[in-house]
Amino acid sequence: MIALAPLVSVQDLVKHFPAGRALWGLGRPRPAVRAVSHVSFDIAPGQTLGLVGESGCGKTTLGRTILRLIEPDAGRVIVDGADVFALKPPELRALRRRMQVVFQDPYGSLNPRMSVRQTLAEPLVIHRLANGTEREQRIFALLDEVGLDRRLAGSYPHELSGGQRQRVGIARALSVEPKFLVLDEAVSALDVSVQAQVLNLLADLQQRRRLTYLFIAHDLAVVRQIADHVTVMYLGKIVELAPAAELYRGPRHPYTTSLLSAVPVPDPNAQRQRLVLAGDVPSPAHPPSGCAFHPRCPHPKKNERCRTEEPALREIAPGQLAACHFAEEPMQ
Amino acid sequence: MNLRATLALLGALALALFVVGEARRHAAATPARRRFFRHRPAAWGLFVLSFFVTLAIAAPWVAPYGPSVTLEIVTLKNQPPSLLHPLGTDLYSRDVWSRLVYGSRVSLSIGALAMLVAVTVGAVVGAVAGYVRRWVDTALMRLVDVGLAVPRIFLMLMAIALWQRLPLALFVLLIGLTGWFGTSRLVRAEVLTLRERDFVAAARGLGAGPARIILRHVLPNVAAPIIVSAALGIGNVMLLEAGLSFLGIGVPPPLPSWGNMIADGAAQLATAPWTTLFPGLAIALVVMALNAVGDALRDALDPRREAEWDTDGATL
Amino acid sequence: MTELLLRVRDLRTYFVTEQGRGTARAVDGVSFDLHAGETLGIVGESGCGKTVTSLSLLRLIPEPPGHILPGSFIELEGRNLLTLAPKALRAIRGNEMAMIFQEPMTSLNPVFTVGDQIAEAAIVHQGLSRRAARARAIEMLKLVGLPDPETRVDHYPHQLSGGMRQRVMIAMALVCGPKVLIADEPTTALDVTIQAQILELLNRLQDELGMAVILITHDLGIVAGTVDRVLVMYAGQVVESAPTPELFARPLHPYTEGLLASVPRLDTPHPRRRLHSIPGQVPAATAWPAGCRFHPRCPYAWDRCTVEEPPLLDAGKGEPASHVVRCWLLAEPARRTRQP
Repeated sequence: MIALAPLVSVQDLVKHFPAGRALWGLGRPRPAVRAVSHVSFDIAPGQTLGLVGESGCGKTTLGRTILRLIEPDAGRVIVDGADVFALKPPELRALRRRMQVVFQDPYGSLNPRMSVRQTLAEPLVIHRLANGTEREQRIFALLDEVGLDRRLAGSYPHELSGGQRQRVGIARALSVEPKFLVLDEAVSALDVSVQAQVLNLLADLQQRRRLTYLFIAHDLAVVRQIADHVTVMYLGKIVELAPAAELYRGPRHPYTTSLLSAVPVPDPNAQRQRLVLAGDVPSPAHPPSGCAFHPRCPHPKKNERCRTEEPALREIAPGQLAACHFAEEPMQ
Repeated sequence: MNLRATLALLGALALALFVVGEARRHAAATPARRRFFRHRPAAWGLFVLSFFVTLAIAAPWVAPYGPSVTLEIVTLKNQPPSLLHPLGTDLYSRDVWSRLVYGSRVSLSIGALAMLVAVTVGAVVGAVAGYVRRWVDTALMRLVDVGLAVPRIFLMLMAIALWQRLPLALFVLLIGLTGWFGTSRLVRAEVLTLRERDFVAAARGLGAGPARIILRHVLPNVAAPIIVSAALGIGNVMLLEAGLSFLGIGVPPPLPSWGNMIADGAAQLATAPWTTLFPGLAIALVVMALNAVGDALRDALDPRREAEWDTDGATL
Repeated sequence: MTELLLRVRDLRTYFVTEQGRGTARAVDGVSFDLHAGETLGIVGESGCGKTVTSLSLLRLIPEPPGHILPGSFIELEGRNLLTLAPKALRAIRGNEMAMIFQEPMTSLNPVFTVGDQIAEAAIVHQGLSRRAARARAIEMLKLVGLPDPETRVDHYPHQLSGGMRQRVMIAMALVCGPKVLIADEPTTALDVTIQAQILELLNRLQDELGMAVILITHDLGIVAGTVDRVLVMYAGQVVESAPTPELFARPLHPYTEGLLASVPRLDTPHPRRRLHSIPGQVPAATAWPAGCRFHPRCPYAWDRCTVEEPPLLDAGKGEPASHVVRCWLLAEPARRTRQP
């Protein structure tokens, strides 16, 4: 696995959103929102990288910037050998066949005026992949593959349940036969029972089609089901990046520890010490000084250094990176 | 009124009733039609509209006389309604019913055509401004601001000054080209929210170009407000046409429109009120019908108006 | 247990759908008791009737198209809520029984400050003066743990984060000191970290204020550490009801089993390669299957299940009726052969 060249390589990616100016454009410029700052990681072919963090940590922006649905400010992204940000529009269109996205909101991600058939036909039309009866056959094959009844082809999104809509979104992404899928909170809005169905479907598809996933979520328990590596983001930066098994066994960053602790355990006898993180994520326009996590950090050794000096992302154990001054003495 | 005209009129009424009945009978077929007929006035509006449209199409059969036929200028002028002339005759001894029927052709088509021009321009400008944004948006929207600030009547008077006798086609075009500003704002606002929706992002992610996104993903989703504003707008155009014709700068006589019929009869309001009353009534009826149908369309075209209860689902 | 607060018997809430699509039997014969200070969890998938149940308790069902069938019975401290006059009912809503909703953004009015919105209930129900109500609002914000309540009281909803808005919703619901708090998916729209905060807050408030709570959720993981008793609903009916430890130790209904197995968990040494999932989806409320309503999705179903609807059978070991299950497996336990 390590020997393989990565299918997706993100290098020092930066995306800032200008916040405009106060007083309707006349005042001083407001500080830019640093949605993604200097993020780097690789994903090997056929692997899943889980990307975890709270709302506002920049994970959705990161996913969309990698696909160049949002233009970056700096950095490089290589997908399947192509430098995504250097491509001209026609080349980018061609590359879009190899990288696709599935969105969180099963209500907002489908055009309410297009039937399932029309939704699935569109990519085939755009990339001139199939016509007439062949197109119809491809659509039916896609519906079969994602476990939807062929009779639903004529339905409109509002006639479908949340789980069915999400399956349509997955089928649409698969229609162009991509190699790389960004799953942007693809199961977060679903009931647990439906979530389990969709997670299993994603795992099956990955095996069958040799897909590479960037799986974005806020729930580490869900990520554990599917990810080979996990990266944790806080306020636009990676705070921990590790193989899944190591991360779940021994998280090095106190933020990862807190996220793990927040997941509810379906066992009333588990009288564990719940570590409830205080407060909300600070505004990315005004990140705290030093370690951005220090105001909420539950680490007992937190000190003045955390407030003034920003910890670098460094390798703590083989393959396990963390950005914490006390990564060698992780919390329980 | 002769037998042919009477029969044709009855035929028109029957056809309008048939249209409404048929539409209602199939109302359960689609949710959209069900929502349409949930509005009680909608059926009446549909009836009035189909009646007048039938009249306009079948004018030569329904009207006993030609639109400008002067029957007997001395003895038959300003006759009150009678069996022979159901709506009376006017100052020039023309049959008011016949003119009303032919006038429906002019008034309805001016309304529909002008609105078509306005809606097309408005939708395209609004969609482009909302989707492209940046300086295109700014430029187009300033143009709209100017358009909304200049009184329409003033533009029409300017046009009269330029052309003296305005050709009808130009008149329609002018009304259309001065009437799209509101629509473009409406469309732009809708497009601005739509372009942030995930399905638009998904289409871009699939490699769809701007034209495809606007035509397939954005405009169909703003069709409902556009159609509704068009239905309501036709009524406005008809009122404007009536007003302008009344001022003598609209449809040139002797071609009858409901507006210039009122203008012609205005002088005899005291002695022959029927010459103004009936075209006025026709305008009022059609405008009310359009409003009723427009309101019903608003609901019919919006699946979210279903207002049905899913037990635990999205509508809660 | 302590005094009986809320008694619900055979609650049936139906919706008449338009044009021959039949009657949606959203809630179809639900019964339960709620005691003072108790937390009851109502669990099930979307479409199983849990939200309609909670709205029916407050008589917040729009009528038409909905109606609560005669024969249903909702009794709060001896008063039958279904026969109460509208005015008396309003005095109960928000005062003795309060509700918080899933989506904290749409449930708050964007043009009023949070302080105004919290104060309103106190003014309406308790006749407080504006000044006293404002003081009360600040006190409530402090109670729900909102930082800097003196400033936050004058903020508008859009100035707050999702978690803070949910705290404000809770403050609004609690301002009149209700005896029953109904929380409908209060954490579904929130991050796990904020979810943990809100659940902890609800637990603490219940200890401090001694009210009864009904927590509605689709996630059995959430109820485990939070509620005393669980009611599992499917297809408008209660299919299993038991004290929480008992339910998790001995889930008897195949639906409960399925729900429990589909929760991704962190407390196992290795992730399961595949999650268990219940096949198919909840049927439409206009056409519940005949026999046991769960049989088309049930791994154990046999011919009896397709024709004969099971009643709630007693599976209690100690107290009678403490653990009830709507499943024929209780009558024929030998049929429970293969593990799902």
